[in-house]
Amino acid sequence: MATLTVPVEEKKKKKVEQEALITGAEAIAIACKLANVDVVTAYPIRPYDTVMQYISQLKADGEMDCEYIVAEGEHSQFEIVKHASVCGARVFCGSSGVGWMYAMEALTVTPALRVPMVAMVGNRALDDPGAFGVEHNDALAVRDLGWNLVWVDSAQEALDTALIAYRVAEDRRMFVPIALSCDGAFLTHSQSLVKIPTQEQVKEFLPPYNRGDLLLHPDNVISVAPQVNEDWVMEIRRQNFQVTERAVSVIREVYADFERIFGRKYGNPFFEEYMTEDADVVLLGMGTMSTPVRVTIRKLREQGLKVGFVRLRWFRPFAGEELAKTLRRFKAVGVIDRDFSFGSPHLSGVVATEVRSALYPGDGAKPPVLGFICGLGGREVTLPDVEKMAEITLEAGKGKSQPLTQWIGLRG
Amino acid sequence: MSTFIDTKPTQDLESFKGVKKVPHEEFYSSGHRTCQGCESAQMMKLLAKAAGPRTIILGSTGCMYVANTSYYSTPWGVPWMHTQLGSSGSAALGAAAAFRAQMRKGTMKDEPINVIAFCGDGGGADMGLGAISATMTHPDYNLLILMYDNESYANTDIQISGTSPYGVNTSFSTPGKVTRIMHHRWKKNVAPLMIAGHPTVKYVGTISTSYALQAMNCVRRALTIGGPTFIHCLNPCPKGWDFDPYIAHELGELAVNTGIWPLYEVIEGRLKLYGKTEQIASGKLKRLPVRDYLLKQGRFAHFTEEDIEYFQGKIDEMWEKWLVPGVIPLLKDLEG
Repeated sequence: MATLTVPVEEKKKKKVEQEALITGAEAIAIACKLANVDVVTAYPIRPYDTVMQYISQLKADGEMDCEYIVAEGEHSQFEIVKHASVCGARVFCGSSGVGWMYAMEALTVTPALRVPMVAMVGNRALDDPGAFGVEHNDALAVRDLGWNLVWVDSAQEALDTALIAYRVAEDRRMFVPIALSCDGAFLTHSQSLVKIPTQEQVKEFLPPYNRGDLLLHPDNVISVAPQVNEDWVMEIRRQNFQVTERAVSVIREVYADFERIFGRKYGNPFFEEYMTEDADVVLLGMGTMSTPVRVTIRKLREQGLKVGFVRLRWFRPFAGEELAKTLRRFKAVGVIDRDFSFGSPHLSGVVATEVRSALYPGDGAKPPVLGFICGLGGREVTLPDVEKMAEITLEAGKGKSQPLTQWIGLRG
Repeated sequence: MSTFIDTKPTQDLESFKGVKKVPHEEFYSSGHRTCQGCESAQMMKLLAKAAGPRTIILGSTGCMYVANTSYYSTPWGVPWMHTQLGSSGSAALGAAAAFRAQMRKGTMKDEPINVIAFCGDGGGADMGLGAISATMTHPDYNLLILMYDNESYANTDIQISGTSPYGVNTSFSTPGKVTRIMHHRWKKNVAPLMIAGHPTVKYVGTISTSYALQAMNCVRRALTIGGPTFIHCLNPCPKGWDFDPYIAHELGELAVNTGIWPLYEVIEGRLKLYGKTEQIASGKLKRLPVRDYLLKQGRFAHFTEEDIEYFQGKIDEMWEKWLVPGVIPLLKDLEG
């Protein structure tokens, strides 16, 4: 059972930022507390559910005032918060792997219903084959549906991004759900030092959730989600499309305000560049693979090999233009997919396929984009794995043809 | 007495003392596309009228969604939201939780709001049964789940559900050359499931739109008593049951008077049969033979005498052999 590592009494004493050694899951629980979430629904599945254990303790200790409902399944779990949100409550939910898939019917309709829920996905392999470890396919499954998707690689980023997510989601120009992905075990359960903002800072950053004339309440006699059929579905989907046209600028605004209030600078919200200024080639990926990748890049740099790393944060909206502009600077790109997309073009993973799609339009340089499948089912992306992928990408950068998809770290 | 259960006040909805005392104001009006003679639509009208304006209704997928609410029109004079087929239980819980949290935090005016979710027999007795059951275990939330039962998935053009009666002809149970009875399962006993399975539930009732005043009063009692509540209504369906819409009401009465559809309430653990069912149980009224009901419906036109006898036997068993006649299917201990 999870126990809070941030002592309650200490937090009450000071009104300045605290620092604590906490996991990604606990960081998000604390963000929910700071965000004054109204309704939380929990259902057990590893590895996201530690966040719900922390929230239970926060509520029981009087640190958090929320309705905390343990559902009987993920479908109900997400349906409960979906309706709570339409009735005006700020909600938090989450799942992992096949639990997320069990909720899929609920997940599917929340963007069109304009439900600004924030959900944590503790990325986990879709099992069978039985596994608890990280794969990104669970969160990625909603990528076409209108959800915003963001991957973080540290507990600090998890806490900060959870607050950012509420602000982005509840912006009336958006009003679509956001899935915040944390690699199962590697982020959900590993501890690092996190600066915890004060309630005052969060109050300034996050206005109350205001559903306006979309609120379901006896004072507002509306019928929500009637049958529309071929007469109106397309126009309603178009409204979700218009959200995506605004998403990039809204996210930029919110990060700028975050920096102003909390003092933490994330720079470009959509992707983080590491040692790319003079890089010949870059690796690209999402989540906690950033740690072995950065360690390996520093080692390769010592050997005079100019490799950089682009860590994608927001997968939806996919900042394709900006990413393409960045990637065109390099001689080759090695995309590390911690996911699979069987039968896709060139049999690559999801991220590689999207990166190629972002690079295709326009007259600019088209560096080779190599797809690497690595780290599935919780298998580590090891330092030798990264070194191998970097070497292959460097070869491609020198003009030597490489396979478009390779599986790295496979047995035998 | 538990100190942890904290139910907030409900609205003061008194029972209507007679038909003439029922207000004229409708909260479910024109603007729907249901069939002529649709008793489920009648149920919606009675439900909304009984609940009144300080109400929100969550409607899961089914006839009462698809045939009821087509943009640009809506029959609903209270706020209404669609929910998924299996989500009536979770929708009601989410709405109730949202209101509770915001009222406690002072971000919403503190007042009793009726939270009602409806489901058809498909959405309630099949897909959504788990969610409803979970919701019934939450004593703090005031809400009503109402199941309108037309004994099929009607909206998808009449298919078997868990409450479809024995032998019925539907598009998934078509009488054929080799197999006449494709559906030989017996109807689920849903209301007793809710009673027996959830010891803290204060109200479960069965109603019929053919006895409208009593139906509305059951709704009012459910909305007033506090905690999660459940009502099961039998609704004759001209399309699915294959009869002239003109006799919809009559069929509802026949269902009760044959003993097939018992009317009762369980209020804080106490079972109370009412209306014609009470008269049947006390012996004042003799049950009509089931054939009077079955053979008025095209969906049983393929029944042989053997089928009718079987059906009658099961209903007789319900009233003569069950521990609680009409309600609990545990056999009485008969000696000698």
